[in-house]
Amino acid sequence: MKPLPPALAATPSLDRWIRLTGEGGVIASTGKVEIGQGILTALGTIVAEELDVARGRVQVVSAHTGHTPNEGVTAGSMSIETSGAALRQASAWARRLLLERAAARLALPADSLTVADGEIRGEGVNEPLTYWDLADQQFDFEIRHRTPEKDPSAYRLVGRDGQRRTDILAKATGPAFVHDSDAELHARVVRPPSLRHRLTELDVDVAAPGRLVVDGSFVAVAHPVEFEAERLARRVAGHARWRRIGSPPRGFDIDESRRETAEAFPLRNGVPSPVPRRRIATTHRAAYSRPFLMHASLAPSAAVAVWHDGALAIECSSQGIEPLRHVIARVLGIDPDAIEIRHVPGAGCYGHNGADDAALDAALIARAVPGRRVLLKWSREDEHGFEPLGPAMHVEMGASLDAQGGIAAWTHDVYGFTHVARPSPRAPGVDLLAARFLAEPFQPTLARPALGPEVGIHRNALPIYSFPDQEVTKHFMPDAPVRTSALRGLGAQGNVFAIESFMDELAHAGGTDPADFRRRHLQRDAGALTVLEAVLDLSGGLAGSRGLGIARYKNRQCCAAVVAEVSVDPETAEIRVPRLWIAADAGRIIDLDGLTNQLEGGAVQALSWCLKESVSFDAEGAVTSRDWSSYPILRFGEVPEIETVLLDHPERDPLGAGEATVGPTSGALGNAVFAATGLRIRDLPMTPDRLRQVAAR
Amino acid sequence: MVPFRLNGDAAQFDDGERDTPLLFVLRGPAVGDMTPKLGCAREECGACRVLVDGDPAYACTLPAGEVEGRHVETAAGLDTPVRRALLESNATQCGYCLPGIIVAAEALFRLNPQPSRAEIAAALDSQLCRCGSQPRVLSALLAAGGE
Ligand code: FES
Ligand code: FES
Repeated sequence: MKPLPPALAATPSLDRWIRLTGEGGVIASTGKVEIGQGILTALGTIVAEELDVARGRVQVVSAHTGHTPNEGVTAGSMSIETSGAALRQASAWARRLLLERAAARLALPADSLTVADGEIRGEGVNEPLTYWDLADQQFDFEIRHRTPEKDPSAYRLVGRDGQRRTDILAKATGPAFVHDSDAELHARVVRPPSLRHRLTELDVDVAAPGRLVVDGSFVAVAHPVEFEAERLARRVAGHARWRRIGSPPRGFDIDESRRETAEAFPLRNGVPSPVPRRRIATTHRAAYSRPFLMHASLAPSAAVAVWHDGALAIECSSQGIEPLRHVIARVLGIDPDAIEIRHVPGAGCYGHNGADDAALDAALIARAVPGRRVLLKWSREDEHGFEPLGPAMHVEMGASLDAQGGIAAWTHDVYGFTHVARPSPRAPGVDLLAARFLAEPFQPTLARPALGPEVGIHRNALPIYSFPDQEVTKHFMPDAPVRTSALRGLGAQGNVFAIESFMDELAHAGGTDPADFRRRHLQRDAGALTVLEAVLDLSGGLAGSRGLGIARYKNRQCCAAVVAEVSVDPETAEIRVPRLWIAADAGRIIDLDGLTNQLEGGAVQALSWCLKESVSFDAEGAVTSRDWSSYPILRFGEVPEIETVLLDHPERDPLGAGEATVGPTSGALGNAVFAATGLRIRDLPMTPDRLRQVAAR
Repeated sequence: MVPFRLNGDAAQFDDGERDTPLLFVLRGPAVGDMTPKLGCAREECGACRVLVDGDPAYACTLPAGEVEGRHVETAAGLDTPVRRALLESNATQCGYCLPGIIVAAEALFRLNPQPSRAEIAAALDSQLCRCGSQPRVLSALLAAGGE
């Protein structure tokens, strides 16, 4: 039999996962968190299915240290695979134990009993027993091995359409986000111009009930009235003097001198290895790039903290409350067990944004005002100016073609900065914004290349295609000029944009249809071939101003193919994307609508990155795109109509999909622009200026 | 005290808050309607949208004093076909932009109950959504108008 899901092996106590309530309900606990991906809805459906109860009976409780299972970080589209597998198995055990109890009471064999919505029936049983009649003992059971799960062919909820998100009515009509928490004090941080600046002078009086909190160069204010806190922050900012420490950054481009000094790690069996890079002669070459990008959450980061007798309670929207607890404890010099963190939703984060930083900010302020419940919010300018950025990337592709126009050899060299800087108790440094500004500062971790399979810079650098000869190399540059960390898909977006653009270029070079060209090289992944055909069917093919992109996320998760259709305004050189088609295979479908929503959301975000987004900086290294005018994103009038088809595989495990479309969409867009204009845009974003530059070449 | 109406009910706030942006007054302890959201505080994202006497306004910059004696509506009070259509079709992801979108769409539908896709998109162009929920918001509203 398969081993237990790892999360369940780590937390084997059944009561930690599933409990029955006195009122005929079921409480399922997960260490994963809702970040707009609908995970709590999907997990609740899995539990209801496996337990044979109505969906409405199941309430899912999310990450709370000491209460819910510790499931690390919610990232990498892994929640449905990991937490879903654990909850499914835990529910199967709960059902089995309840049936065994019922069997003993009814003096019938357990396997002769049936369950519908928690009502247990058997031969000659007139009054059915319910789960809740049997729940007095709860479970008090340690899961040591697997019990059989329901056969997917018997599913009545999982994979069915028409499921409603359980959390959105509250979000539309009341307090639902950490930003909406009640508070005794509202707090704001007064930021320096950049990460490189420190406080030299602050001569200001703050009268009660306002509060000023200063620790080194960490400056914050608090006030019982929220708008007064805003005004106070502005006044204090006007009195603060800062100076730059160290030298200014050496620029923000991945230029030749940077590339020459990068550390090279050719991939061997998918893993970056410290071996010499094989030189392969290529006849076709092209280089692609993307700039620094923002997560740019619609809500500035926020957190609640209260400090009581040396213990700290935090509410925040971090994706990883357990690691965060340890890192904050280190900064404050207290026992991690003195910190309790409860996840409360924020706006969508798309990776590692300011949510963790805000938790430390709130904690530092709360420590200065013991006993008071502090709600800290960042401003929009600070969110844009200080969140960890999605790193810039530079990808050099090479290939040679055989006599039939197929690819004989392939090289892929991806250059970039770290994508992995979440706060971690295992990291030597402290990767939280405020830590470096304290009077006794903690420095961030020196970036090291991530050397696992499919992580960071080289995520999806390996092509989905098979070639007779290939060399794929990760080039790591430790000297990021800004703070960078995980943004939706990590390296997958830049790598797949390069691969899919280059495939298109090679197809045209050999005079082959771009779809045929891909078919020819997709022999290794039959599933991907099916997805490719599905998107071509759905869209009616690639005629006209259309482009194609395809990838399998991390080369083992959800496979997505995208066809984009564009129109380019001859006057303004503006690219419009009126229509987009998506086909995807995410294994067994748990929540059809939720999956579609994730795939489409990822596609829209990728279009926004590719068409509009680029972080700008000044010479000191400060971010200058600090609002929505200087960092525009795609608007309602600019989004395509999207049609999506999902290939269901009930026999396989479900796969996360939140990141699956960012790469394929980026590739499809560039290829569509080529189809429409004959211009190959290799550097993102594809703004009108860029189009004109390329046209002028 | 400054009187106004909020979602049909009498409400009021302190005279000293006339110059405070309406958003902070609505979300403050005296009124306590948390549906309008703080997103940018500079009329760039639409998260704070409310209706003032039926017209969409940015609560993040509108001085609260200007709603004296007027009717303010927020997503919490708009139990309308527009809000139901959006909720029934899961037309959101994280939901932070949703209250503002409900308000802006409601303003459109009161004037134009059967808008085209282009008309809906134009009316919502002031509303940012970072999660990419726009295509399904548009589909849900288009369907709501067609019924
Ligand atoms: S908060 Fe008012 S427009 Fe952004
Ligand atoms: S759903 Fe998250 S910002 Fe719109």
